[in-house]
Amino acid sequence: MPEIRNYTLNFGPQHPAAHGVLRLVLEMDGEVVERADPHIGLLHRATEKLAENKPYNQSIGYMDRLDYVSMMCNEHGYVLALERLLGIQPPLRAQYIRVMYDEITRLLNHLLWLGAHALDVGAMSMFLYCLREREDLVDCYEAVSGSRMHATYYRPGGVARDLPGTMPQYKPSRWKSEAEVERINADRQGSLLDFIEAFTERFPQRVDEYETLLTENRIWRQRTVGVGVVSPERALQLGFTGPMLRGSGVEWDLRRKQPYEVYDRLDFDIPVGANGDTYDRYLVRVEEMRQSNRIIRQCVDWLRANPGPVMVDDHKIVPPRREEMKADMEALIHHFKLFTEGMCVPAGEAYAAVEHPKGEFGVYLVSDGANKPYRVKVRAPGFAHLAALDEMSRGHMLADVVTLIGSLDIVFGEIDR
Amino acid sequence: MSEKLDRLAARLEQRFEGRLQGLERAHGELTLQVAPRDLHEVTRTLRDDPELSFEQLMDVCGVDYMAYGVTEWATESASGEGFSRGVEKATSGRFTFDEAPAGGTWDGPRFAVVYHLLSVRHNHRLRLKVFCPEDDFPAVPSVVEIWRSADWFEREAFDLFGIVFEGHPDLRRILTDYGFVGHPFRKDFPLVGHVEMRYDPEQQRVIYQPVSIQPRVLVPRVIREDHRYLHDATDGRSTDA
Repeated sequence: MPEIRNYTLNFGPQHPAAHGVLRLVLEMDGEVVERADPHIGLLHRATEKLAENKPYNQSIGYMDRLDYVSMMCNEHGYVLALERLLGIQPPLRAQYIRVMYDEITRLLNHLLWLGAHALDVGAMSMFLYCLREREDLVDCYEAVSGSRMHATYYRPGGVARDLPGTMPQYKPSRWKSEAEVERINADRQGSLLDFIEAFTERFPQRVDEYETLLTENRIWRQRTVGVGVVSPERALQLGFTGPMLRGSGVEWDLRRKQPYEVYDRLDFDIPVGANGDTYDRYLVRVEEMRQSNRIIRQCVDWLRANPGPVMVDDHKIVPPRREEMKADMEALIHHFKLFTEGMCVPAGEAYAAVEHPKGEFGVYLVSDGANKPYRVKVRAPGFAHLAALDEMSRGHMLADVVTLIGSLDIVFGEIDR
Repeated sequence: MSEKLDRLAARLEQRFEGRLQGLERAHGELTLQVAPRDLHEVTRTLRDDPELSFEQLMDVCGVDYMAYGVTEWATESASGEGFSRGVEKATSGRFTFDEAPAGGTWDGPRFAVVYHLLSVRHNHRLRLKVFCPEDDFPAVPSVVEIWRSADWFEREAFDLFGIVFEGHPDLRRILTDYGFVGHPFRKDFPLVGHVEMRYDPEQQRVIYQPVSIQPRVLVPRVIREDHRYLHDATDGRSTDA
C-alpha cells in the first residue's frame, strides 16, 4: 500500500478556467479539496487612489474598467453616488436610457458568463452562440458612445448624448462578403431603437435554444446539481448579493426593493432558486436574461413615445453644448472651468448601490468640498463572492472548483480594482 | 422612506444610549458612530436585535483623514493680480516619498473604519463608523465572528491602510504584491509608489528598483468657498437654486 499524502496544488494565475488572474492554492487530499486559498490582487491598479487624484468627471472611464464585462452598470453606481452628493436628479428620459442600458449590460454580462461557464464545464458550442448575441449588444454600445466596451456614457446629471437616429452600417471586406453584409445590415436600416426592438424580438428564442442545449442536458446536470450548495442563512452571512443570493432562495433585488431610476415603473419578475446549488444559480441567471429582455422592450416603447432632454440644465455640473460655447461668453467660461478644474462637490458622504449583473455594486464617496473625491470605495460584488470560494469548495473534487469559479461569475477587474 | 429612517434612528438612539458618539443623517442615509471598545457589543446587537436585524455586512473600508480639507491652490486671497499661481505639493499625486508631508489640518483621529450594513428583512441600511484611537498603531476589534463577509474586507483595509483588526483569524495582505512594503492608500503614500518591477536581461530575472517615473498630476486640488451648493442636511437637496 503506497503512502498517500496531502499535497498543495497551485491553480493559475495563468489558467484558462481561472477567469483572468486568479491564483488558487489548493490543499488536496487525493482529488478532494480540503482548503482553497485564493490569492488575488494580480490585477490591482489602485483605481480608488487614482480616482482620488482626479476631478470627479474624469473617473467615470475608470469605472468601466472595473468589471469589464458589465461596463455601464459600474458607471451607474459611481454616477448615482455623485448625484446624491450633488443633490441632482437626471431627466426622466435619461433615467429610461440608463435603465435600458443597464439591462443591455446585464445581457452582455450574463451571455459571457453563460458561454464561459459552459465552456469550463465542457460545452464548447455555448460560447460561440453566446458571443453571437453579444455582438449585437456591443453594437448598441458603439452606436451610442462610439466605444464597444468602455463607453463612459453615463454622466452626473444624465447621459452623454441622446440615442442616435441611425445605426452604423457594415461594409464588405475580406472577411465579410456582400451577401453577409446585406444580411447583417438588414436590421440596421432604422434608428438604434428599431435595432434594439428587433433584437428583443429574436432574443427569447435564442434563450430557448441555449436552454435546449443545457437545462435538460445530462452531463450539465451531473456537473452542476448539488455542487456548491449555499443555504440562505449562509449566503447572507457571506455577503452574497445578486444572483448568488437569489439562487439560494432569498428574494432580494435592489431594482425592486430599493428602486433607483425608473425601475418602480417597469414590470418584471425576480427569479429565485430553491436549492442554492450551481444549477439553480444557472437557472436564475437564464431567467434574468428573459426578464431583462422584457424591461428593454418596455423602455424602447417609452423612449419612442417621449422625446426630451437627457441632461440636467445646470452648467456648473454639465458642460454647455458646443454651439452655445462658441457664441456665448458665459458658456465658454463654464466649459473652461469644468474641463480645467472640474466641479466642487459639497462636503459629505454618500453610498449608492445598484443591482449590477453580479450583485450589489456600491460606491462610497467621501467629499471634503474639493474638486476631487476625498475617498472612493468601490464595493465589488465579486470580492465577497470569491471570499466564499474556500467554504463552497471544501469537500468537492478538483473539477468542481472550476464549476464553482464559473458559477461565482467573477471578473478580476472589479475584485482587484 | 423618511419615516422609516426616523423609526430606525429612534430605535438606534434608544438601544445604544450612552454609547452613541454620533448619529448623523444626510442624503437619506444614517451614519452611526461608536467607540472601538463598544464595537463588538454594538455590532452584535445590530445583527441580532429583531427590530434592527442587519444580517448583511456589505462593505468594510478604511478612510485616512490625514489630508482632509487640504488644498493645493489657495483661492480665497484674490487680489488685483489674480489668484495665486503657485501650486503646493500637498496630495499624493504630486509628491515622492522624501517629500511626503507630515500632517494636515485635520485634528481628530487619523484613521476610521466604515462599515456598510444592510437588513434584508427590514430593507434598511446603516453606515457604522469607528475612529481608531491611536494614529501610529491604528487598531479596532475584528467583526469576522459576527459577519463572515468581513474577512476579506478587513484584510483589504489592513493591506491598504495598515489598520489592524484585533481577533481576525488570518490577517494577511490581500491586494498588493508579495513582499510589498507600506500601505498604499494612506494619504502620505505617493501615487507613483516606491518601487517598480522589470525584467533584467543580465541577471535573467525580475528585479525591483526605485521608481523612475516623476509624479505628474495636472489638476490641482481646490476647495471653492463660494457656498454654491449650500446643503440642507435633512433632505439632501440643494437649497440654493
